[in-house]
This record gives sequence, C-alpha cells and structure tokens, in this order.
Amino acid sequence: MLVKSIVDHEDEVQVREEESDGALLVEISVHEDDIGRIIGKRGRVIKAIRTLVWATAPPEQRVLVELAE
Amino acid sequence: MKSVEVVAKTREEALEIALKELNVDESQVKVEVLEESASKGLLSFLNVSKIKLRVSIKEDITEKATRLLREILVNMGISAQVEVFKRPGYINLNVNGDNMGRLIGRHGKTLNALQYLINIAVHKDNKDTDRIIIDAAGYRRRREENLERLALSIADRVKRKGRKEILYPMPPQERRIVHLILQDYNGVITYSEGEDPRRRIVISPEK
Repeated sequence: MLVKSIVDHEDEVQVREEESDGALLVEISVHEDDIGRIIGKRGRVIKAIRTLVWATAPPEQRVLVELAE
Repeated sequence: MKSVEVVAKTREEALEIALKELNVDESQVKVEVLEESASKGLLSFLNVSKIKLRVSIKEDITEKATRLLREILVNMGISAQVEVFKRPGYINLNVNGDNMGRLIGRHGKTLNALQYLINIAVHKDNKDTDRIIIDAAGYRRRREENLERLALSIADRVKRKGRKEILYPMPPQERRIVHLILQDYNGVITYSEGEDPRRRIVISPEK
C-alpha cells in the first residue's frame, strides 16, 4: 500500500490498516495542506486511489479507503 | 537523488557553485534554502550575509513514471515488462505480462486511475508537460481502433437519417479520439455535453 506516497510532497503521509467486520479499513492521513490535493477536483484523486487499491487487493477482500480528519 | 549543499554570500553565488559542481543547468535541479542569515537594516554593510542551499538533481519524468509504475506493479503482484517510447508531447509506457486484465480493470478503469495518479505524481514538481500514457497489452490501441469504427459507423447513420445521436459517457482521452476522427468527416459535427465523468459526445448533422 505504498501507493499513496506518490501523490504527496510532504513526508507526513501515514497509512493505517484495520480489520473491521471482515473488511479491511485503510485510513490515510496526510498533512493539512495536502488534503485538498489528495481528494482532488470532485474527489477525482481519492477515487482513483480507491480504484487502484481495490485492484491491488484480492478480489474477495472488501477494502474501505478513508481519509483521516 | 544526487545533491550538494553549498554556503555562499548570495543565493545566486551559491546556486552557481552548486550547478558547476553537479554539472547541470538550472532547469534540472530543485533548490531548497536550508539557512539564511540576511543582513537587515541600516547596519547591513557591517554584517556579512550568508545563505546555505541544498541543490538536488531532479529525476526526469520518464524515469520517475517508470519507477512508480514498476513499484505499483510489484505491489499488485504482477510480473511484467515495462517498455518506454516517446513521441512529441507524450511518453508511452507499455506494460506486458501476466494478469493484464486486473491491471486494466473493467472498461479500463484501473488503468485510467493508475495513469491519472502517475501523471499527478510526476508533474507535481516538474514543469515538463509531456503526458504519460500507460497501456497494458495493447489495450488502448485496440480501444482506439474500436472507437474509430464506432465513431465512423454512427457518423454514417447520423448523416443518412439526419438525426443527432448521443454516445455513451467516455473519459476525456477517448472523447478526444472521437472528435479527432470525425473532424474531417463531412456532413456531421461533434461536441460534448454533460459533466465528467458522465460527459458524452453528440454527433449531429451539419446544419
């Protein structure tokens, strides 16, 4: 899941993974100034990240990708 | 990434020394100010100002894109070859290997997401405007051929029946292809309507 680090200029990217109800929760937290950048115009960037994460995970694995506040 | 740190009296002076040492020109580097003790006010002529810079060579966008793509492929557990070729304005990265279906995704969704993210990543701190195009197992080329066939057959029908037709939603890159194909096709005009990601092409009879 190192994929995220490609988008940000800061080194303050953290990715936390957690198992909940059979789904894998991936929580991304970034520097305040990077939040806009990681969401993108109309959520385009975060959507692309989700698409890529889903493709990376095994097909039967449910994955939720959230952005930490 | 190769870099040097230089201390000098002015920024210009420091940069010049660094560029000479790295043997590159200014467009190829990233400059960071590490320390700066500026002389201020009326007594400035008494103080000696000092600046410390870190000057690093920027990775060229082709290298960066290829490196990121390889990293992601490894993460996805896909073993594949990446082939690079450039044409004006574009850098094509062609991937060939196992599991290409997974890399492409339904209707190219995964491939488009990957291409989008890699473009953002490489253009973030680089002025180079060449677009990165990622293809897997010739998917985009085949898609282009299909689009061409579709565009021409619909244009044909629009001309025959004199009634406009609306195509299904397509990403910008695919719409561009359709517009280009029908640019020189007499008797029809094309335009887009709606908002991304549901923006669609309309083929309409001329006049």
